[in-house]
Amino acid sequence: MTSDTPAKRRLRVFSRGRKAPSRARRRFGAAVRMLAALALAGGIYTAFAPGAFAEDNRQLSAAALEGKQLFDNSCISCHGRDAQGVDDKGPSLIGVGAASVEFQVGTGRMPMVRQEAQAEQKKPQFDETQTKQLAQYIQELGGGPQIPQGELVENLESNPEALARGGELFRVNCTSCHGFGGGGGALSSGKFAPALHDATPEQIYAAMLTGPQNMPVFGDNQLTPDEKREIITYITLQLQQDRDPGGLFNLGRYGPSTEGVAVFLVGITLLVFTALWIAGKS
Amino acid sequence: MKRRKVDLAQAPVAVARGTDERFQAATPLRALLNKVFPDHWSFLLGEIALFSFIVLLLTGVFLTLFFDPSMKEVAYDGPYSALRGTEMSAAYESSLRLSFEVRGGLFMRQMHHWAALLFMASIVVHMARIFFTGAYRKPREINWVIGIILFLLGFFAGFTGYSLPDDGLSGTGLRIASAIMLSFPIIGTWLSAAVFGGEFPGHLIIGRFYIAHVLLIPGGLLALISIHLALVFKQKHTQWPGPMRTNTNVVGERMFPRYALKQGGFFMACFGTIALLAGLFQINPIWLFGPYRASEVSSASQPDWYVMFMDGLVRLMPNWQIYIGNYSIPPLFWPAGVGLGVIFTLPLLWPWLESRKSGDKRIHNLLERPRDNPERVGIGAMAFTFFLVATISGANDVIADKFHISLNAMTWAGRIGLIVGPPLMYWVAVRICLGLQQHDREVLAHGVETGIIRRLPNGQFVEVHQPLGPVDDHGHPEPLEYGGWVVPKKMNRVGALAPAIKGFFFPVEKPAEAPVSPGMPPVSGKDREEIGSGR
Repeated sequence: MTSDTPAKRRLRVFSRGRKAPSRARRRFGAAVRMLAALALAGGIYTAFAPGAFAEDNRQLSAAALEGKQLFDNSCISCHGRDAQGVDDKGPSLIGVGAASVEFQVGTGRMPMVRQEAQAEQKKPQFDETQTKQLAQYIQELGGGPQIPQGELVENLESNPEALARGGELFRVNCTSCHGFGGGGGALSSGKFAPALHDATPEQIYAAMLTGPQNMPVFGDNQLTPDEKREIITYITLQLQQDRDPGGLFNLGRYGPSTEGVAVFLVGITLLVFTALWIAGKS
Repeated sequence: MKRRKVDLAQAPVAVARGTDERFQAATPLRALLNKVFPDHWSFLLGEIALFSFIVLLLTGVFLTLFFDPSMKEVAYDGPYSALRGTEMSAAYESSLRLSFEVRGGLFMRQMHHWAALLFMASIVVHMARIFFTGAYRKPREINWVIGIILFLLGFFAGFTGYSLPDDGLSGTGLRIASAIMLSFPIIGTWLSAAVFGGEFPGHLIIGRFYIAHVLLIPGGLLALISIHLALVFKQKHTQWPGPMRTNTNVVGERMFPRYALKQGGFFMACFGTIALLAGLFQINPIWLFGPYRASEVSSASQPDWYVMFMDGLVRLMPNWQIYIGNYSIPPLFWPAGVGLGVIFTLPLLWPWLESRKSGDKRIHNLLERPRDNPERVGIGAMAFTFFLVATISGANDVIADKFHISLNAMTWAGRIGLIVGPPLMYWVAVRICLGLQQHDREVLAHGVETGIIRRLPNGQFVEVHQPLGPVDDHGHPEPLEYGGWVVPKKMNRVGALAPAIKGFFFPVEKPAEAPVSPGMPPVSGKDREEIGSGR
């Protein structure tokens, strides 16, 4: 026995105390094993693969169900059934997240008026609750980025450097499209970076997180949530509140172009009228 | 104690006599004070430039007291919290200090900048007046050339001044200037390295531009402005044609007191307008631009308006790179190098080009109404259309964004407009001039429209015209020669009706030029009778 190799011993386990099974028995055993293997493979597949009919069984929350109702009424023609997207009309919304919905719908950009280079901001079509419901629906459908809870503007009392850091980050990341003063700017072929004058902290955060329209995504690995809050601090406290001096009117802060218009419309016009007043006319 | 008798009324006389006895000032001073200047509102446009220049000198001196032209890196520690702790050049830091900490500093900075914009704007408007009225013709060609050079100097003064604060916007402008220098074939790299002292941006450029901006260019401006005015003095001012005005006299007001008082008042108006602009409108908020970093370029980065045409030409230039062996000529060279050269050289030569073409070598002291030289007006319209399209294209991104136009469409509109616009405007301007001429001739030939319609026996309706001169036996007006000046076109201009009320703030103008006809004494407002149709 000691001379037995392990292989022989293993073989013996299967054939222990048995004669060779009958032909019918062998056939029956093979069929059972085949069935078991198939059941196992099918079971694993069913357990792990997303089934084509998975949504039917998805448990949507009450808010998401309301959102689905709204979606099916207002969004489905472009974004398709279950937000799968429609070719040449609207992209799939799987994975865009609640932040994206809250930005696009909350600023009135969605639903779009027509297919064009970029959706314009307009009066929102849905109220706040409806927007939240839509966002909840899209979130539950495919996940994605969400606007964090809590204060989005840094407190300058406790964190005074946030403003300067936000300004620096703003100039590095945002001015190339939105301009030094946040007045917005043109992109190619009718696209544009909108003005930031009336953007709320939530909208700015959502925009950075999701990259709406033609804006790139500034994910949390590019601009950390702290840095995003600093940028929002700079935009809301410095640019929007006009906390800088220099007269009554900043000419829209569009740079030297409006200054050039002003010097002709105000300066030259005033002085030509003065000249007409004090000198001869004909 | 004996009271000394001082007759105060006699004091000025005594002082004046004493001065004249010592300096023999009376004769030259009398000539100066009695010098006659023609009076017309359009002759005051150049003064706006002169007075803005004075404001520029005054405010500029104030700014130099606080500005530090150094590119040394320092950390900002001032009252503007949105930049506190940021590393920046000393030039930018001192500009911020000037804006936020020096009392009245921001106001002076804004005044300086607005005065610079107004200086350039008034030069262009003044130049347009000179051009369209033919004031540059012999003997005043050199003064025209000096004017063009003054614009060029102002252009560089403005650009160097715009660069001095070393903020994000001005650094971007410098980067473009460096790129333009680099685009010059053969000499480009050496030129840029020589100006910047090595690779852009280096550590020298602010110091160099500072000297250019506060000494060299203003010195040149001051010298040329003095020559410009001395030549106006020596060659005498041009005047419009009109009654009693000829090519060999000057009709107008004496230097003293009326003309000097008017000029003094106009200086106050210019100063006040600049101060108003500076107090009301923010200009160049450098604190928003941040310190210059090569990686930070904002959208809507534009030069000031008088440099914008170059920016526009660069934006419109197609991407045509020319390769010659191992060398290349970048497309930037054509608009910014060749374009700038042509834009300044052609106007420089214009007086001689025109006199060569027309063969007119006579001396002209009388101005020409624009309508009387349609070709010149057409060429001026071409030049200004070109300039305007180029300037608008320099701001095409702002226009595209604010008026919801595609930026690509703006670029193509600029390209097409630059080529199609000038000839089109030439044609329009010439047609307008000819139309105005024709109307003048028509009134001279047939008289002024009276508004009275007469029905002839055959049923035809005709309007009665008031002849401006004598009539022949048949009652037809004898043809009158055009005098190069305003032809009266309304009945109240020839004294048939009560004077029209004119003037901007209150009625100031009486129809002084209304000739008194011996046969028909002028009608005053009281006893005039309504003109009826004769029934």
